[in-house]
Amino acid sequence: MKREVPLFITAVIGLFMILSFFVPHQWVSVPADFLQGSAVILVAFGYVLGGANALRVNFDGISRRSPGWQYKVVLVVALLTTVTVGAIEGREFLNPGMRSKWIYDWIYSPMASTMFALLAFFIASAAFRAFRIRTVEAGLLAVAALIVMLGRVPLGDLLTDWLFQLKWLPGAPHTLHLSTFQEWIMDIPQNAAKRAIIIGAALGVMATGLRVILGIERSYLSGED
Amino acid sequence: MSLHLSPDLSVWLGALLTLCIFSFLYKDNPLYRFAEHLFVGVSAGYYIILNFWTVIVPNLWEPFTKTVANAGGGAGVGSLFLPRLGDYRIFLAVPGILGLLLFTRLFGKIGWMSRFALAVIIGVYAGIRTTGAAQADFVAQVEGSLKPLWVAGDVGASVNAIIFTIGIITSLLFFFYSREHKGGLGVASKLGISFLMVSFGAGYGYTVMSRISLLIGRFQFLIEDWLGLR
Amino acid sequence: MPWISKLDTLDRRWLFLVMGLLVAGPLIFPAGLPLKVSPPVRSFHDTIEKVPNGSTVFMPCDYDPGARPEMVPMTKTAFRHLLSKDCKVVVTVLWNAGPGLVEATLNEVAREFPNKTYGVDWVNLGYKAGDDAVMVLMGQGIKNAFPRDYRGNPTSTIPLMNNVRDYSSFPLMVNISAGFPGTKEWVQQVQSRFHLPMVSGCTAVSAPEYYPYLQSGQLQGLLGGMAGAAEYELVRGEKGLATKGMDAQSLAHMFVAFCIVFGNIVQRLKRREAA
Repeated sequence: MKREVPLFITAVIGLFMILSFFVPHQWVSVPADFLQGSAVILVAFGYVLGGANALRVNFDGISRRSPGWQYKVVLVVALLTTVTVGAIEGREFLNPGMRSKWIYDWIYSPMASTMFALLAFFIASAAFRAFRIRTVEAGLLAVAALIVMLGRVPLGDLLTDWLFQLKWLPGAPHTLHLSTFQEWIMDIPQNAAKRAIIIGAALGVMATGLRVILGIERSYLSGED
Repeated sequence: MSLHLSPDLSVWLGALLTLCIFSFLYKDNPLYRFAEHLFVGVSAGYYIILNFWTVIVPNLWEPFTKTVANAGGGAGVGSLFLPRLGDYRIFLAVPGILGLLLFTRLFGKIGWMSRFALAVIIGVYAGIRTTGAAQADFVAQVEGSLKPLWVAGDVGASVNAIIFTIGIITSLLFFFYSREHKGGLGVASKLGISFLMVSFGAGYGYTVMSRISLLIGRFQFLIEDWLGLR
Repeated sequence: MPWISKLDTLDRRWLFLVMGLLVAGPLIFPAGLPLKVSPPVRSFHDTIEKVPNGSTVFMPCDYDPGARPEMVPMTKTAFRHLLSKDCKVVVTVLWNAGPGLVEATLNEVAREFPNKTYGVDWVNLGYKAGDDAVMVLMGQGIKNAFPRDYRGNPTSTIPLMNNVRDYSSFPLMVNISAGFPGTKEWVQQVQSRFHLPMVSGCTAVSAPEYYPYLQSGQLQGLLGGMAGAAEYELVRGEKGLATKGMDAQSLAHMFVAFCIVFGNIVQRLKRREAA
């Protein structure tokens, strides 16, 4: 019962959602709308659950004095402060002048931006230390990467126009740029391969979706019961 | 070129937290660990409060309490069970209860009760993503691939169309694992790999652009907003 | 050759330093390198330009501060473009950490149009959890999915929303997105299901995978990353943050290209030495 009922619910709802794609009648569209609205609400509860779980895990770490527990205190205090301030301020908590908005603008936002900005440095380091061209295929990858990287920025054309525009050859057309090759790569070979990946992935999504609906794929149930 | 340091303490706080994160580039250190844990704590707290005020309250609590109040007022108990599109009356109790059941995951023995909520979520998303992928990523993409191979009067476009079609077919054949890649399939598969490598290279180039853009954004904040270098 | 082993074991922090200097330098001393407009960006601009003046356009902005340098310039230019055509704009945000940033960005542009009023000319419906489910839910009624806007006002009382029922109320969707949920999901759930024409501004990481949608006509224009945002600013005659960042982008790309080539040269020389 603990597994069979959820599997049955998934099957019925999944098939109903597929049906709603094809049938616009209100006997189908209204319940489908209700189910979608319910999913939205449940996902929101899921985010709250995630935050509560983060609190529980870190409380455990603090009580057991696990390594780095002092930083976990910072995490817990920050979490509880943000929740308390937001709860007190009500639904306008993100309006200008609110403390929650200030926390978002000057604590969350700079750090979120900077976390991702670190990647630029690691990309350069990885390009020097890890990007190894040992096969023809890797060479193709590298050449495409170099053309796209340089063709997408103004400096690429500026430095290579002398080569591609054949200015030293009388009568040659002055219409070729590195960016022209870059656009061709994006429009033709890259596009073709990406389309193949999209089609293949779509078949995979359809197969997985049907497996989940039919109860063959049950990993989301997790647990021993 | 002169320096105009920002007088705003908030900008200073943002800049200092930015530098704390950047300090990781030198090596892992207590300043970075502090900023990282502060970020995670604020994120988790923000996610909780955002979803509460922007989803749970307006989409569940308010319509539900309004329905109950109306029923108690003049509409009568019967009105609770008369849903319309967008107005589901007492039936809103279902996602409400299922949402609360999700929290049983935190308590090992009764954690199985969260499966009912998960079943609804998984059922809805499996259904809409199956049809979405089928329509947009399969049907429309195959339709988009069926273009004329010969464009009258434009040799360049014709060559491009032929290369494009060969690229799609050989790339798809590379992913066909039901037969060993030998003979004709092997040749086609190898050609497909070439197209895939070009696409990965292009993807790498764009990824580099994206990451560097993020760094540029941070430096623009530090140089223009904090240091005021003009 | 001793320099080969030195380079092979080079402390990566030197590479970080060079990268930092190459990015900071052009921001302090800009060169103003000339930009060129690529066809997908031109299509993006032209598609918006073709929308009848005064129409109500849907503009989902799905990003957070992590993608700010690429997304905010696009949002500003597109929003400015729409307001300059007297279009009404309905904005939603499907990323948790996005609503505050999107609202601040829209407000900054709206201040340039003192005759435009919130609630009459544009509205930010704010955030909703649920990703694809919200997209499909809005197809039955946008006010049902968003009972309140970002500022807490009931959407039933917002004048602009009186004429907005579902996706059929819009001639165009201008999606600015940084990943999931984003352009791909809007194409799958809205463009294909409700046949709403759409253009997209996305991060450079995502852009290559949307080229098939552009070629098939599911997208009618595409801005890819900061370069796309800069080109769009050029078409619009603006000089925003994206344009200012392209000099730094150029140098940084040169450096990464150099690292790839030089790193492989060092490895080949090292292997030759070992042999």
